[in-house]
Amino acid sequence: MRRLLLFFLVLLSGITFIGRLFYLQIYKGSSDSLYEDNALRKVWDYPKRGFVYDRNGNLLVGNQPSYDVMVIPREVDSFNIEEFCKLLKIDTATYAKKLDRAKRHSPRLASPFVPQLSKEDYAILQEKMRKYKGFYIQKRPLRKYETTIGANVLGDIGEVNNRDINKDPYYQLGDLKGKQGVEASYENLLRGKKGIKFIQKDRFNRDIGPYKGGKFDTIPEQGRDITITIDAHLQAYGELLMQNKRGGVIAIEPASGEILAMVAAPTYDPNLLVGRKRSKNFTKLYYDSIAKPLFNRSLKGVYEPGSPFKLMNALIALQEGVMTPEDKVTCYAGYKYGNRFMKCHCHRGRRNDLTSGIQESCNAYFATTYRKILDKDGNASNGIDTWSKHAKSFGLGQYLNNDLHVGAKGRIPDRAYYKNIYPRTFYSTYTISNAIGQGEVATTPIQLANMTAAIANRGYYLTPHIIKSIKNDTIPRFFTTPKYTTIAQQHFEPVIEGMHHVYTKGTAKHLQVKGIDICGKTGTVENFAVVDSIRKQLTDHSIFVAFAPKVNPKIAIAVFVENGYWGSRFAGKVASLMIERHIKGTISRTDLEEWLLKHSLENEYAKPYSGQPFAINGRTQLQIVEEHEYYRLKERLHQLNKATK
Amino acid sequence: MLRHTNRHFKFDWITIIIFLVLVGFGWLNILSASQSGGAISYFDTSQPYGKQLIFILLTFGLIILLLALDTKFYERFSSVIFAVAMLSLAGLFIFGKNVNGATSWYAIGGMTIQPSEFAKAATALAVAKYISDLNTDIKRLKDQLQTFAIIATPAILVLLQNDTGSTIVYVAFIFVFYREGLPQIYLLTGLFLATIAVLSLKFGAPIVAVELTVAILTFYYFNRKKVTLPQTLVVLAVGVTLAFGIKFFYESILKPHQQDRISLWLRLEKDPKKLEQMKRTFAYNLNESEKAISSGGFSGKGFLEGTRTTGKFVPEQHTDYIFSTVGEEWGFLGTSFVVILFVFLILRILHLAELQKSQFSRVYGYSVAAIIFMHFLINIGMVMGLIPTIGIPLPLFSYGGSGLWAFTILLFIFIKLDSNRINEW
Repeated sequence: MRRLLLFFLVLLSGITFIGRLFYLQIYKGSSDSLYEDNALRKVWDYPKRGFVYDRNGNLLVGNQPSYDVMVIPREVDSFNIEEFCKLLKIDTATYAKKLDRAKRHSPRLASPFVPQLSKEDYAILQEKMRKYKGFYIQKRPLRKYETTIGANVLGDIGEVNNRDINKDPYYQLGDLKGKQGVEASYENLLRGKKGIKFIQKDRFNRDIGPYKGGKFDTIPEQGRDITITIDAHLQAYGELLMQNKRGGVIAIEPASGEILAMVAAPTYDPNLLVGRKRSKNFTKLYYDSIAKPLFNRSLKGVYEPGSPFKLMNALIALQEGVMTPEDKVTCYAGYKYGNRFMKCHCHRGRRNDLTSGIQESCNAYFATTYRKILDKDGNASNGIDTWSKHAKSFGLGQYLNNDLHVGAKGRIPDRAYYKNIYPRTFYSTYTISNAIGQGEVATTPIQLANMTAAIANRGYYLTPHIIKSIKNDTIPRFFTTPKYTTIAQQHFEPVIEGMHHVYTKGTAKHLQVKGIDICGKTGTVENFAVVDSIRKQLTDHSIFVAFAPKVNPKIAIAVFVENGYWGSRFAGKVASLMIERHIKGTISRTDLEEWLLKHSLENEYAKPYSGQPFAINGRTQLQIVEEHEYYRLKERLHQLNKATK
Repeated sequence: MLRHTNRHFKFDWITIIIFLVLVGFGWLNILSASQSGGAISYFDTSQPYGKQLIFILLTFGLIILLLALDTKFYERFSSVIFAVAMLSLAGLFIFGKNVNGATSWYAIGGMTIQPSEFAKAATALAVAKYISDLNTDIKRLKDQLQTFAIIATPAILVLLQNDTGSTIVYVAFIFVFYREGLPQIYLLTGLFLATIAVLSLKFGAPIVAVELTVAILTFYYFNRKKVTLPQTLVVLAVGVTLAFGIKFFYESILKPHQQDRISLWLRLEKDPKKLEQMKRTFAYNLNESEKAISSGGFSGKGFLEGTRTTGKFVPEQHTDYIFSTVGEEWGFLGTSFVVILFVFLILRILHLAELQKSQFSRVYGYSVAAIIFMHFLINIGMVMGLIPTIGIPLPLFSYGGSGLWAFTILLFIFIKLDSNRINEW
């Protein structure tokens, strides 16, 4: 018995080992992934990236070839480094640094060494490449912008980072991926699928031939072309009008939800973010924390909507039956509630009904309306929840869930929101600023445009989207399904009538365009900035929403000009011009055009950073652009007009 | 039979052939693991494979010397040999060279010698000598203590030199003592304690303590006639103390790297971040080694064609991790061949040991088998991730002159002893 113990233990461990070996080697078997096996050379074949066209079929984004010098650090052999560096236009210290970085990433996987060589550099390098063991050239398509507009719409592509690689194993270091705009939101369609060839190497690193006769090789799948809803000419026009201003413009086709133009000002030339200069330029744009050119104000800029929100309050009041279009409210150049007073610009003693309330943007009228909504059943807590629900049905205060890469939620408060501020009592007067679109309500320009589109459609909207068509595919059903608001159709007509009056005899009567019935609403929004840790009031924002024509609308638009003072001063002009251009194709109000090109708001934007005390609103002077700038803009306008014809 | 045909060829040729096959196949794998592409110059002493080839050639001289010495020499001088070996171990504290944290080497000229490798053979001789003494009865506690003292001396010396792997090898002698009559209770106690320690680490002391109490009391209840309550309670107390004490031992006495190895083996670490970090640092070897082995598949990628071996994916591959080269290049066929070869070698030695007429030869043979078994078990188990990482070489296979010569000495002394069996009456 004693003799057998060790004997059995030996046998037992032998059997266990063979069992384990069977599991490792036969059951799990050759688990070497082809991609990881360093006995195979992997040659990637990158497909053409899909083209981007505008709604009229103009090519906006195409491709150009680019050549990356890639390195597999383990395979680098000795050669004349100085000569190599000279060809790559780098110094030897950079060479060492780059090689070290690649080594740290992985000694046996390929890393980009010098990305995106120009065609000329590539031509010279190509002949000598085989001298430099461990390095090779990878060809990939790079973007080529056929236009200088729409940077915020089109976006750009850039090298993937580690997070991208971890999230999606499709990507490898050095691959390019959509980073912003449609490049990001339609990345999967546009990129196609890269192909690969496996080539067997021997242990001297020589190619022997295709691995297993090319059984595992794949051919690249071309990226899909897409057409976006943007009208390139309208977009260019909008960007031109917004020169030297900050803000956003969103134009939507109400019947389809298609975004016709999406301007974020200031913007930049998309060509800046192509090729080797991309990272330098991107850094520059990224760190411009004052003008924030990368910040898409039309999608992410959350502002108090101001007076256009009165339209919302009017609609809710009608739906809830607390007002009729004929009910009149007397304006005492303001509205008195408790011992406080909200000022108004309309004439003292004027008796406004709904249409003239909208037409004159009477604060007293809408304060009354708002209070009636909230106090409908005597409980403002229920009242505000109802109010909030109606406003949200217009897509306000929530993400639109569309195909734009960025967005913001904005805010439509309800009782729960106010619980922190007013835990116990809650009366309609507490939140009276919401009546005029100030206080706690906040929206983005695209939400306002969408609200306007919903009014134009008399009660429904289609989620604003940027994709018009995909080659060999359809666009998501979500974008073609109407979303109905909680306001009944008949309540829209009086409000629209009021908006029409804004143009014919109200706050925007100077902005009329002959032959087009425009319905609009001006807005002027107080705003503040923290300067040297003191809250200071800045010149008001200029806001405007409009749609046209009144019957069978073709365009709904929201314009936001930061610190433009009052609604019709900047934003209204931009809106009128954009509408005219979209509907008529030509501009009759060249006076407005002229005025916008001539005036700049840069001095307003400089104020909070000047360190000096500054005046706002009425006590400031408008800045006239310098002569050469004016001629530059005129020249661009001329080019644009020529291109449209 | 082969061994009776000629009095000059009375050695056990089966063992010698297995020895030669292991050494030869080992060298091929060392060559593969240490070549770096390009031409191979076999005697290039700047390369491990070149050095090893020279060690192997010198081994033949060593073998002739070992077989030429008289059988009686080993028995008579075993105490001296043991004393010299212990002195050389002790000398390391003064003259030793520190490599990878262990002070296990003498540096003489360009060479390094690892006395702990040779100490195993010396200890085997000493153990054989002591147990075969007519005055020794292993069933007596006093003699048990003295026997343990013989193996404890080298074991403690190498432990103090931070060579944990070599220390564990001395556990092998327990099997030898058992064969010679050591009471069963030692083995059972060892097994009992080891089981409690591992279970407590894995599942936590409270659960183990509770289940242990239930089990032991149940056992007592059904065996009331045979065991007394105090006996039962002592066993229970020891078990419970260990269950709670092992955590302290694990956290306070073990070094962090040892803790990590155990925690990886028992899958104790749950934090994915820490696991990821472990995977990138010390578990890397194991991970790469397992991958290399499994990438070999059934028949392997072929000699010198292992992409992971050529790519030097597994660090230390020509020494402790040599088995992964076999796995990648020779596949399941190669690895099971090596495993079977080892099993066969050990069983052959055990079989021969049982045939010995002198107790000295038998005990020595048993020690040889037990030591080789321990190395085989730990090394291959470790390379495949079955037991925690413990750095000891695969006998006759791994790169290293000291190791190769020490195992040659160990094995051929036994072959010599065995050859004299007929004359032992």
